[in-house]
Amino acid sequence: MRPALSADAMRLAIPALSLTVLLAGVFWLQPRAMSYVGLNLLFNLAVPIALATIAQMLIMAVNDLDLSMGTFVSFVACVTATFLRDAPLLGTLILAGAVLVYAVLGVVIHLRDLPSIVVSLGMSFVWGGLAVLLLPAPGGQAPDWARALMTTKPPLAPIAIIASIVIALVAHLLVMRSSLGVLIRGVGGNERSVERAGWSVLAARAAAYGLAGFFAVLAGIALVGLTTSADANIALRYTLLSIAGVILGGGEFIGGRVSPVGAVIGALTLTLAGSFLSFLRISPDWQIGAQGVILIIVLALRLFLNRVEKREKGQ
Amino acid sequence: MTIRKMLMASVAVACAAMPVSALADTSGKKIALSNNYAGNSWRQAMLTSWNKVTGEAVKAGVVAAADAFTTAENQATEQAAQIQNMILQGYDAIVLNAASPTALNGAVKEACDAGITVVSFDGIVTEPCAWRIAVNFKEMGRSQVEYLSKKLPQGGNLLEIRGLAGVFVDDEISAGIHEGVKQFSQFKIVGSVHGDWAQDVAQKAVAGILPSLPEIAGVVTQGGDGYGAAQAIAAAKRPMPVIVMGNREDELKWWKEQKEANGYETMSVSIAPGVSTLAFWVAQQILEGKEVKKDLVVPFLRIDQDNLEQNLANTQAGGVANVEYAQEDAIKVIEAAK
Repeated sequence: MRPALSADAMRLAIPALSLTVLLAGVFWLQPRAMSYVGLNLLFNLAVPIALATIAQMLIMAVNDLDLSMGTFVSFVACVTATFLRDAPLLGTLILAGAVLVYAVLGVVIHLRDLPSIVVSLGMSFVWGGLAVLLLPAPGGQAPDWARALMTTKPPLAPIAIIASIVIALVAHLLVMRSSLGVLIRGVGGNERSVERAGWSVLAARAAAYGLAGFFAVLAGIALVGLTTSADANIALRYTLLSIAGVILGGGEFIGGRVSPVGAVIGALTLTLAGSFLSFLRISPDWQIGAQGVILIIVLALRLFLNRVEKREKGQ
Repeated sequence: MTIRKMLMASVAVACAAMPVSALADTSGKKIALSNNYAGNSWRQAMLTSWNKVTGEAVKAGVVAAADAFTTAENQATEQAAQIQNMILQGYDAIVLNAASPTALNGAVKEACDAGITVVSFDGIVTEPCAWRIAVNFKEMGRSQVEYLSKKLPQGGNLLEIRGLAGVFVDDEISAGIHEGVKQFSQFKIVGSVHGDWAQDVAQKAVAGILPSLPEIAGVVTQGGDGYGAAQAIAAAKRPMPVIVMGNREDELKWWKEQKEANGYETMSVSIAPGVSTLAFWVAQQILEGKEVKKDLVVPFLRIDQDNLEQNLANTQAGGVANVEYAQEDAIKVIEAAK
């Protein structure tokens, strides 16, 4: 018997299902959310998280982990609210330089065979320090175009939904359809065979890190577009949120098994879980624990389905 | 039929004739408290005061609901999401103690655009559409010197105890004290130590600097350090100067003991955690249709010789003197700002 769904579709089914269930729960608790404005309010803060999750996913695709994601996005937010507004050219240069630093980190990690966790943990202090140097006190102002982009009201669907779909599509084309994406996932899956096939693993890793840096920069800009100004500690939570988003969306820590569409859905699910618990009026002391319970339920479901999938393949 | 029509017409006329400034009824309005942190005694007292005062207001039918929400983590992005959830929940006003003065501006703007009144206090936000109830720390420092100038018109030497170095509040209070010394030039600051707003640190710091100081007439403080200073000075067997206190329970207790033993006189000043209830009433007044200026100032909670016992009796052991505000207090603050 052939499985009804391909493995990839299966991988997506669980996050999509959990998002639907949560969304139904939110609509039931708060019918007001079932509107153009309501959906935008529910999801607009998920847009920067989705971008950061894609960035984290690219790094996880090459079997690495980035623990500096939160501080890096904070740093980008500070650059966006200061230089990118007052001196766009200089701001763009700084952000391009930051992306380059990410690519260089990939090279260093590969050449020296360093554990990415240690390198990125170290870098998190560098980014955090730079952010505080840029904005010792909270402030700055979002560039008008970033603000306009994040608050546009397109017809049919709110910007938060459209942005999420665009991010998912672009990331899908990049990671699942382009040859570069195949190469990056190949490094995560079997580095040696990629090397033997004549590809440069070094270049693939550098590209993965550079792309991750680029998506993280977009996350910072989107965040400032929403908040209107920055704070050196604005996005510290993004490190763990982005990792949780990737896993929730069907990705794995090793083996180059990632799903960009799943990652975006994972980020949306995480954001929605917070709202759901808040609408349920669960006391804040229990909220983190309850969020953990939701994560565990989704992951347990996935393990269960994985097992079913294997059994069917075995038949 | 005609009577009904006449009645309706008269109602219509009455409605039309009502002055524009007529106050709206707030009994159907819902107010939410968005709080970013609950991990110290001040914040705990703040939440307790909120629950007590708003609970009574809800029971009395002044507002329909006044729910308190605290974020699980002290993070601006989380509080922004919390505020957006409140918009969806249909609150009419949000009272806000913010994790960041700027990072919540986007969410606050969304709330304003949805027609929601946002009143920030203590941790205020810079978004122009929100109201701010801020603490004038400078004045808190200056008023100490002003009190001393009345108590000791001949002036003298002052010892300044500062807070935690590098914190905004410490700089502000200290700047106020120095302004006061400039204004009342009979005083001179002869020494300055950092007490970190903690009695044990202050005691050590004062004990360390005392031997190098001439006679001191007064000690200006920032709160949480007066008792430690008194202990250090008593241990050095020096004459007791006038130590300005900061409303902490141990400070008030020591003051009361001294007052009973030798008629010791001083004053005590700080911000009451009950300022959350002031913000609640200000939000209620705005919902009622009152014209309120965007920037208001929190009144200090000042304790003097005659109301010491009463305040001490109301202060929990190890806590801070508190006061819960009533609607009239909010009206007074609003009037004062005009």
